[in-house]
Amino acid sequence: MSPLLSARGITRYFGDRIACRDVDFDLWPGEVLGVVGESGSGKTTLLNCLAGRLAPDAGAVTYDSMAYGPVEVHALSEARRRLLSRTEWGFVSQDPREGLRMGVSAGANIGERLMAVGARHYGDIRHTALDWLERVEIARDRLDDRPSAYSGGMRQRLQIARNLVSSPRLVFMDEPTGGLDVSVQARILDLLRGLVNTLHLSAVLVTHDLGVARLLTHRLMVMQGGAVVEHGLTDQVLDDPRHAYTQMLVASILPV
Amino acid sequence: MADASPQDGGYNYAYLDEQTKRMIRRAILKAVAVPGYQVPFGGREMPLPYGWGTGGIQVTAAIIGRDDTLKVIDQGADDTTNAVSIRRFFAKVAGVATTTRTEEATVIQTRHRVPETPLRDGQILVFQVPIPEPLRMLEPRETETRTLHALAEYGVMQVSLYESIARHGRISKAYNYPVLVNGRYIMSPSPIPKFDNPKLDRSPALQLYGAGREKRIYAVPPYTPVKSLDFEDHPFEIEQWSECCALCGSSDSFLDEMIVDDSGQRLFVCSDTDYCERRQAAAEAAE
Repeated sequence: MSPLLSARGITRYFGDRIACRDVDFDLWPGEVLGVVGESGSGKTTLLNCLAGRLAPDAGAVTYDSMAYGPVEVHALSEARRRLLSRTEWGFVSQDPREGLRMGVSAGANIGERLMAVGARHYGDIRHTALDWLERVEIARDRLDDRPSAYSGGMRQRLQIARNLVSSPRLVFMDEPTGGLDVSVQARILDLLRGLVNTLHLSAVLVTHDLGVARLLTHRLMVMQGGAVVEHGLTDQVLDDPRHAYTQMLVASILPV
Repeated sequence: MADASPQDGGYNYAYLDEQTKRMIRRAILKAVAVPGYQVPFGGREMPLPYGWGTGGIQVTAAIIGRDDTLKVIDQGADDTTNAVSIRRFFAKVAGVATTTRTEEATVIQTRHRVPETPLRDGQILVFQVPIPEPLRMLEPRETETRTLHALAEYGVMQVSLYESIARHGRISKAYNYPVLVNGRYIMSPSPIPKFDNPKLDRSPALQLYGAGREKRIYAVPPYTPVKSLDFEDHPFEIEQWSECCALCGSSDSFLDEMIVDDSGQRLFVCSDTDYCERRQAAAEAAE
């Protein structure tokens, strides 16, 4: 078996400032990798580099594509990279307004990827959209409502449905539960955990919430100041943190 | 060509200077070579405001020759202010013959309609285009729409049609209905009613589209397939009227609805005045 996604020496500067430095890892099929660290530690920059949204200044990302075999993400033509990112990948942003089209109905949002790859039967698209709405636990009669009429948690679930409708193999998630209240967070985490299991998704999940990481991820990378300071199985890292920064992170979880 | 027009010594033939016309012709050639692709050009200030046909008038000025016959229509009519002024403008600066008869014209500049009389080989139809970018209302960034065209990523256009069906039960867009040209580029056919879209498909006439404010030219060469976008289960349809034209009795032309008195009396008449008058004349002659 070969890794689904492997990153080697990913480095990205913004001017003189280092956003992330020399990040190496392999993501295996069916695995969920968490990236944790405080704000400004380079998590999101790393994710954007992996997803091909931002070109790294050094390093390479290799993805084992279903259609083309192993490809270097940043060496691909833009056309192929965009095709890849709307067929084999998904990207769930922290702010659903970034990931959704707020001006069109939920059904159109879910159907967009299908139409982008050539679906031209209105009834079928609508049927698939309804099916996905149910899978993310949104009432069927909300299909024709715009996301602006949805609550924050529903928008986030809609964003997940919109990404998963094309059955991607790899999903990038940037703080998918950030900014939501705890009970809504719990439902989304449940949903994500279920979907990851049933669809055999691989995922890279960026979060600052160690609880989210504990629930969803198999492996964990801890970042500080743009570099990975600790890397290991999630339970191991959280139960027995080695690096001083990780110890501080784990110790700063508020007890309930 | 460089000599001044006989009527008005102050201007070059057809108003624009020769270098500008060459530049516009180059843009037109490129547009014809890549059907449906929007070619940028250095639009000039014209002696009429943006939105009144500056794009179309520049295209016409670049292609019109002394032996051309020009017809100008606005909403199908030959006698509206815009049509009359543009026709008079070219009669003055280019000294060309003008006509209102569709089959006599070699160049037809139009706004909002395609003539009902079928066009033939050798005719050129020049459209005035307000917004050349069909994706503009869906994607505000110009850099992004160009990328979408370059990669033929047209899912978002389909999304807008889906949304229309979801909300209104049918594709409600009635004018400026998006088309796919030659299986490659999505193009805005300018604000013609969708009734006219089938006339663009494999038309024997050359279609040139000029957008003055946005400085874009695009074209559909003769006999090029032009497909109106739709869904398999919601196919493209054109408007239909229960009435026929009150003046000429036509049942297959595009009708305008007019309110004729204060009590709300309505009348349907052809929007193409040339077509309507010719049919009336033929009916009178037959009597």
